[in-house]
Amino acid sequence: MKIRHIAIAGAMSLIGSAGWAACSFENTTTIKSLTAGFEAWKSVTDAMAECGNVEAELDQEFRTKQPAAFATNPSLYQIGGVSNGTVTPLLNEGTIRPLDDLVARYGANLKPNQLIKIDGQTMAVAMMVNTQHLMYRSDIFADLGLEVPSTYDEVLAAAEKIKEAGVVDYPLGGTMKSGWNLAQDFNNMFLGYGGGFVNEDKTPAVNSEAGVKALNMMKALSAYMDPEYLVSDSTYVQQQFQQGKIAMANLWASRAGAMDDAAESQVVGKVETAAAPLAMAGGTPATTLWWDGIVLAKNMSDEEADAAFRVAMEGLDTEMVTGANDQAIWLIEGYQPGRLATGAIATATASPAPLPYPSTTEMGLMHTALGNNLPDFFTGAKSAEEALAAVEAEYLTAAKEAGIVE
Amino acid sequence: MKFKTFAAFVGPSIFLMLVFIAAPLISVFMQSFYLTQPVLQAVEVETCTPGFLTQTCTTEIKNQPILDEAGKVVTRTEFVGLQSYRNVLEPEAAWAAISSGRIGQLLTIDFWKALRFTLTFTLITLPLVIGLGLALALAVNNAAKAIRGQVIFITLLPFIITPVIGALSIRWLFIGDGILTAGLEWWLARDISMFAQGWTIELLMLFYRVWHVAPFAFVVFYAGLQTVNQDTLESAIIDGASRWERLRYVIIPHLMPLIIFISLIHLMDSYRVFEEIVGFSAQAHRISLQWLTYDLLTPDDSGNRSISRASASAMLTMIGIVILLIPLLRRTWADHKGAGH
Repeated sequence: MKIRHIAIAGAMSLIGSAGWAACSFENTTTIKSLTAGFEAWKSVTDAMAECGNVEAELDQEFRTKQPAAFATNPSLYQIGGVSNGTVTPLLNEGTIRPLDDLVARYGANLKPNQLIKIDGQTMAVAMMVNTQHLMYRSDIFADLGLEVPSTYDEVLAAAEKIKEAGVVDYPLGGTMKSGWNLAQDFNNMFLGYGGGFVNEDKTPAVNSEAGVKALNMMKALSAYMDPEYLVSDSTYVQQQFQQGKIAMANLWASRAGAMDDAAESQVVGKVETAAAPLAMAGGTPATTLWWDGIVLAKNMSDEEADAAFRVAMEGLDTEMVTGANDQAIWLIEGYQPGRLATGAIATATASPAPLPYPSTTEMGLMHTALGNNLPDFFTGAKSAEEALAAVEAEYLTAAKEAGIVE
Repeated sequence: MKFKTFAAFVGPSIFLMLVFIAAPLISVFMQSFYLTQPVLQAVEVETCTPGFLTQTCTTEIKNQPILDEAGKVVTRTEFVGLQSYRNVLEPEAAWAAISSGRIGQLLTIDFWKALRFTLTFTLITLPLVIGLGLALALAVNNAAKAIRGQVIFITLLPFIITPVIGALSIRWLFIGDGILTAGLEWWLARDISMFAQGWTIELLMLFYRVWHVAPFAFVVFYAGLQTVNQDTLESAIIDGASRWERLRYVIIPHLMPLIIFISLIHLMDSYRVFEEIVGFSAQAHRISLQWLTYDLLTPDDSGNRSISRASASAMLTMIGIVILLIPLLRRTWADHKGAGH
C-alpha cells in the first residue's frame, strides 16, 4: 500500500515538474498550429505543447491547406509553419499579421537575423535555414583518393571514378521526381549558371543559355543515377544513402541528420556534407536558401495572438534547440553546429552567397510549369530548347490567367 | 401506377441528382467560359531573409493583389469565351505538330498526351476485364461445389482493396529493388528498372486495373451464369454442340445484356483513370485527363490555381466519356425498344 502511494506520488511529481519546468507560463487559450511534418517541426510543436492547450497538426500537405484555413474568420489555426516558398499566398491575401508589437513584448531571445521583414514589418519569425548541398560518402572518397568536388564538373569526374571502381550501385542520387522536385533541381542549377526566371515585365526568361546549360548538366549527372530518377524524391534519395547505394547527392540539409540515425542507416558516421557545388566558376553555389518559421493568423483576437506568440516562443527557445540540436540548421540562440551542419553553413556563408528562393507569385507559376514540362527533356521527347519553350508557353498561359502578364 | 405515387418515389432521387450532379455540372460548365483573377498592383517591396549569420535584403517590384476593407482579395470576373478550352487543347501547337507529321510532338502537349493514354488505357483494359471476368466465372461455375465459396472469396479480394492502396502495393513490389524487380533481375540475370521508362509503367498500370476490376465482372457474370436456361443447354448437348459452340451460341447471347452493362460501367470508370497515375507516380511519363484536371486545380506554393482551365478540362473529359458511350447506349436503346415493353 505504502509503496504504491509513493510510486503514484513520484509519478505525479514527474508529470507536474515536466509541465512546469519546460514552459514559463500556463497557457489557457486553445492554440492550434498547422505546420509541415518533418522532424524539426515535431520538436518545435512538442515544445509548444508543454504549455498546455496546444493542438499541433503536422501535415506535409500543409501548403494546400494553409491559405484557405487562414482566410476564414476566425482562422482555423492560430500558428502556421511556413517557408519562404509557402508564405507567398498568406502575404498576398493578407491573412497573417505583423508581429512587431509581440516581438517587442515577448521576443527578447530572438536574434535580429530571425525576423523576416517585409517592408519593415516583421511578418514571420524564422527558426532554421535549409538548403540543398553536397552530401558524400567520406569512406569511399578516402579509399579512392578523391577530392571533395567544389564544382559540378568535378562532381562528374568523381562520379566517373566511383562508377569505374564499382563500389556502390549508383555514384549519384538526385531529387529529380517529376513535378516540384525536378523543378527545384532545375532552379538550383539555373541560378548556379546565373539565370533569371522572369524579365522585368514578368515575361518568362528561362529559355536562355543558362537554362540550356542547366538542363544539359542535369542530364549529364542523371547518367550516374538510378535510371528511375524521375520518380525519386528526397525521401528516396535519403534511403539510397542510408542503404549505401549511392555515394553523392545534392540533398536537403534537413535530411542530413537521418544519415547518423543508427535505427535506419547503414552508413552511420560515413556521410559528410560540403558546400553545394558551383555550376560555373565565380558563380554562386548551385542551390537556393530557404528558411522555415512561424506566422500568426490575422483573423483572431489580440488575446489569442498574444497567447499564440508566447507559445511559439516556447517552441523556439534554447531549451528546444538543446534537445534537438542536430535536426536542423537552427537560427536560435544556443545552437551548436554539429559535424553534419558543415555543408549547409559553408553553402549559406559562401561568397557570392546563393539566393533565397524567391517568394513571388510568378515563381509559383514558373515552378509548376517547370515541373510539368521538364520531364519531356529527360525522357528524350524534346530537346532542351523545346522543353524550355514549352515551359515558357505554359508559364505565359498561367500568368495571363493570373493577371500577371497582359 | 398513379402519377402521384410515382412522383413521391422518384422525386427525392431527382432532387438529389439535381443538387449533386446537375448543379455542379452547370456551374463547372459556366466557369469554363469565365476567368476570375485578382486585381493586381505593382508595389516595390523590400524583403529581408535570413542567411546563417546575417540577413540579405532585396528590393523588387512585386505584383500583389489589392485587398478591400474587409481584407479580402479584390477579384474581377470576365467572359473569355472558349479561351480556356484553347489553353487546354493548344490547337495551334497541335496543328503544327500534325501538319509537320511529327505525332511525337503532339504527344508532348499535356491534353493530347493525356487523351492518348486515357484512350488506350480504356480500350485495352475493356476486353481484358470482360474476357478475364468471363473466364473466371466459367471456371468457378465448373469448379467443385465444395471449394466454390473459398474460390469466390479469393477471386473477389482485389476488388475489396482500396484502389490507391492496391496501386501503392504494386508500386512497392516493383520500384527500385522491390521484391518482384529483384526476383526478375535474378531470374533473367539482367538489370531491370520498371519505373525508368513510360511503357513499363503503362504496362504495370494496365495490369493493375485489370487485376482490380476483373472480379467485379466476374461476380456479375457468375450471377448471370446461374440463370442460363438449363433446358436450352441440354438440348444443345443433345444436338451435339461442342463446349465452345455452347458458349458461343447459348451462354454469351444470354449474358449479352450483362456484357454491355459491364462495358458501360468500365468505360465510365476507366476513362476517369486517376489512382494509377498517383499510385505509380507516373506523371513524368504518363498522365490521364482526370489527372490533368486535378493538376490544374492543385494550388502551387504561391496559391495560384487554374480554375477556368480545370473546368474546361473537366468538360472535355465528360464530352469524351459521352462520345465513348454512344455506341453502347444506342444498342441498349435499340434492345429496349425491340423488347416492346
